[in-house]
Amino acid sequence: MNAVNSHITPDGRTIGAPIMEMKNITLRFGGVVAIKDISFDIKEGEIRAIIGPNGAGKSSMLNVINGFYHPQEGEVHFRGKKRKSLKPHQIAKQGIARTFQNIALFKGMSTLDNIMTGRLTHMKAGLLSQTLWWGNAQREEVENREVVEKVIDFLEIQTIRKTPVGRLPYGLQKRVELGRALAAEPKLLLLDEPMAGMNVEEKEDMSRFILDVNDEFGTTIALIEHDMGVVMDIADRVVVMDYGKKIGDGTPQEVRSNQNVIDAYLGVAHD
Amino acid sequence: MTNTTNAEALDISMDTQLDDQLNTVPKLLARNAIQYANAPAYREKEYGIWQSWTWSQTAKEVNALALGFLDLGIKKGDHIAIVGRNRPYFYWAMVAAQSVGAVPVPLYKDAVAEEMAYVLDHCNASYVVAEDQEQVDKVIDVIDDLKDMKGIIFLDPRGMRKYDKSSLFDFKEVQQNGRDKSSKLQKTLDAIIKSQNGDNTCAMLYTSGTTGRPKGVVLSNRNIVETAKATCEFDTLSVNDSVLAYLPMAWVGDFIFSIGQAYTSGFCVACPESGETMQHDLREVGPTYFFAPPRYFESMLTSVQIRMEDAGKFKRWLFKVFMAHAKEVGPKILDGKPVGLYANLKYLLGELLITGPLKNTLGLSRVRVGYTAGEAIGPELFEFYRSLGINIKQLYGQTEASVFITQQNDGEVSADTVGKPSPGVELKIDEKGQVFYRSVGSFVEYFKDKKSTAETKDKEGWVATGDAGFIEKTSGQLRIIDRAKDVGKLKDGSMFAPKFVENKHKFYANILESVVFGDGKDKCVAFLNIDLTAVGNWAERNNIAYASYQELAGHPKVYEMIQKNIEEVNESVAQDDMLSSCQIHRFLILHKQLDADDDELTRTQKVRRNIIAEKYSDLLKALYDGSSEIFTQTEVTYEDGRKGSISATLEIRDAVVHSKKQVAA
Repeated sequence: MNAVNSHITPDGRTIGAPIMEMKNITLRFGGVVAIKDISFDIKEGEIRAIIGPNGAGKSSMLNVINGFYHPQEGEVHFRGKKRKSLKPHQIAKQGIARTFQNIALFKGMSTLDNIMTGRLTHMKAGLLSQTLWWGNAQREEVENREVVEKVIDFLEIQTIRKTPVGRLPYGLQKRVELGRALAAEPKLLLLDEPMAGMNVEEKEDMSRFILDVNDEFGTTIALIEHDMGVVMDIADRVVVMDYGKKIGDGTPQEVRSNQNVIDAYLGVAHD
Repeated sequence: MTNTTNAEALDISMDTQLDDQLNTVPKLLARNAIQYANAPAYREKEYGIWQSWTWSQTAKEVNALALGFLDLGIKKGDHIAIVGRNRPYFYWAMVAAQSVGAVPVPLYKDAVAEEMAYVLDHCNASYVVAEDQEQVDKVIDVIDDLKDMKGIIFLDPRGMRKYDKSSLFDFKEVQQNGRDKSSKLQKTLDAIIKSQNGDNTCAMLYTSGTTGRPKGVVLSNRNIVETAKATCEFDTLSVNDSVLAYLPMAWVGDFIFSIGQAYTSGFCVACPESGETMQHDLREVGPTYFFAPPRYFESMLTSVQIRMEDAGKFKRWLFKVFMAHAKEVGPKILDGKPVGLYANLKYLLGELLITGPLKNTLGLSRVRVGYTAGEAIGPELFEFYRSLGINIKQLYGQTEASVFITQQNDGEVSADTVGKPSPGVELKIDEKGQVFYRSVGSFVEYFKDKKSTAETKDKEGWVATGDAGFIEKTSGQLRIIDRAKDVGKLKDGSMFAPKFVENKHKFYANILESVVFGDGKDKCVAFLNIDLTAVGNWAERNNIAYASYQELAGHPKVYEMIQKNIEEVNESVAQDDMLSSCQIHRFLILHKQLDADDDELTRTQKVRRNIIAEKYSDLLKALYDGSSEIFTQTEVTYEDGRKGSISATLEIRDAVVHSKKQVAA
């Protein structure tokens, strides 16, 4: 596979050069090695899945990608440049947004307000202007609200626009969280188990939204998911992790026939 | 191209608005673009904000689309299918199709691909205007079998980026294309519109088809425009009114309200943001003209009741006091009858504290004219809304009549009649009791079905409704009894109309389903199903333990309660002039719920009485032979298709019946 030139998938999407490259990442918490010498890349425009059994280090990997964890060894390259150690909000400004495994919304706030928080990095008005609700602040609010309304329309959650998020069922909360990430207009979207705890119908809806986000906005997506059916259906390439190590990498078909992967999922004694 | 010149080309101006000149929908649009230029024609909530289009803007949008249609090669007599939820764009598409001489065919948006294929094939549709990927996919699924299909025009491009675009057209691009070519095509378009008259087809609507395949009902511009004019006058609908378009576009009612009457009187059609936000949007729009089937009113009432039960003591007390008063005097005040100063003041106070805010919550504060139709509405339900001061009236109609057959006048409203003939409608009832009508709205024909047309509409223009009814002597209004084919006679020759009694049973919350028998017998008997939610709730409150539907249905206390309901219905049936012999003499509560999986109901939840009579023939026999209980065994089909059987010993009860004299005395 040519890693540099862009290519077009059979269904007509353009997949470009790597947007994010992980080079020999090792992450330790004290004596525990969470990630051990892992390298892989995420290409522009693709849907990249990270799978693996419980405790394989998937969420840690996601936290490395979005800069929350700083690996002890290895380099993270973003858009071809080595990324320095950054604070999460600085990472957000670079165009990386995420959702969480355990929903992290403001429960008492409405859907609308929650998604509006995703626009935070796009707000530039000063304290004075915001306090007086005048000039820039007012104009920005209108602009941001427009983006938020488009996200609401996209995710078909008009009915719950003004409903406090805490009152919503789980599946809808997940959708609101995706909405908040989308409102940031990210280049790279990280989804931590977007379908966990959902029923079949909700999973189908969420899969469609993920595909549509990728298709409509050209957003690159990296996702962690347990449901193999979903991963095989929507991902372009899959990284498989087990006990902090990478044991497989490739298209869903390649990964499916990889003996190491089969062993990891069926449970084989480790050395 | 401005609208003024457009209208001039059609010889329509302020001083030449002769009624007979405005005989098509496109001509009405041209008039509205001048006469009501700045009045809102359409509203739609999008991105959380109500967007609106004035009549002059609407005329421009429709004109651009019609030009685009011409450029696509759509011509006179073509059929253009339209499928999506209620949105201004689809109403425009219908009028644009009419403007180029094509026939709009709105479809049910939740139809599956095969159903859609049948209709598209039957009407030889050349283009489909579809809302989104979901609808486009359905058409693409079957497009290979449709030889006349030339392309699909879609509104929302989402998800279709990678589709083969050779026969897919973007709605907005078709419009833009039309605008670009207006110098070339405008004259042609104007000439087509000018040449049309009342005989041109206005739309083709498929009837739902409870028996056999759906039939395409062809309605001419005369049908629609004349019916709309007469009924707008009847209810004094004007440019100041507004309506929320939320019922399926394929249904004739939506067509007559949102196109016929809207274009005739110039009122505004508002479209909800999505199907689910309808209730919320209703409240924001506050329409003055409102239509809903009985089940909608019922679910609204249930939600009010549940929310009141959760309210605080004081609020509940206020609700009780003022609703009781409103029930007593509200309908009278609505009909303009005197009730006395004190009652009026108390009603006003109630309006301020309870009924006003309640109407506002329901989105019905501004409703001036409301209709319900489609099936019988319970008197309680009807009274509830009327006591709030909402002018709900009954309407009887069907697709073949361009909706209106009969409707109730303001001040002449009752729950069990459906009104006097609508303006321009003649009514007759044949010796068997079947209702026939003849009106300007009577359909032209069933598309490609001469046989059915001849069966339904005779040479003199009388159309058979298939319903049995009679004119009530006291009020002069029509009363629908039943489907004509279900009406029969008891042994003594008196009329038997099962649905009349069944509906009265079903108005009780405890009774879910009722099947009445008696055709050719000496007395009437009934099978009943209890409503598990309502009766279960009652059992919980009264500490009655039960493990299954069957056990609850057979509980003596439940029987007692149901017997009381049946006897109350008997009492009211006894007072009826023609149907007093339809009182229930004996009844039983079935040990299982009637189910569509067992073929006992249709998929639209209507009882199939012949199948039920056959399947439970042993029970029916027992009802007539005087036994007090019967053992029975019934085969049931589970949801996954497995079969099983249940057995039970059912109690049969006698109900008190009344003679007419007895009640009077």
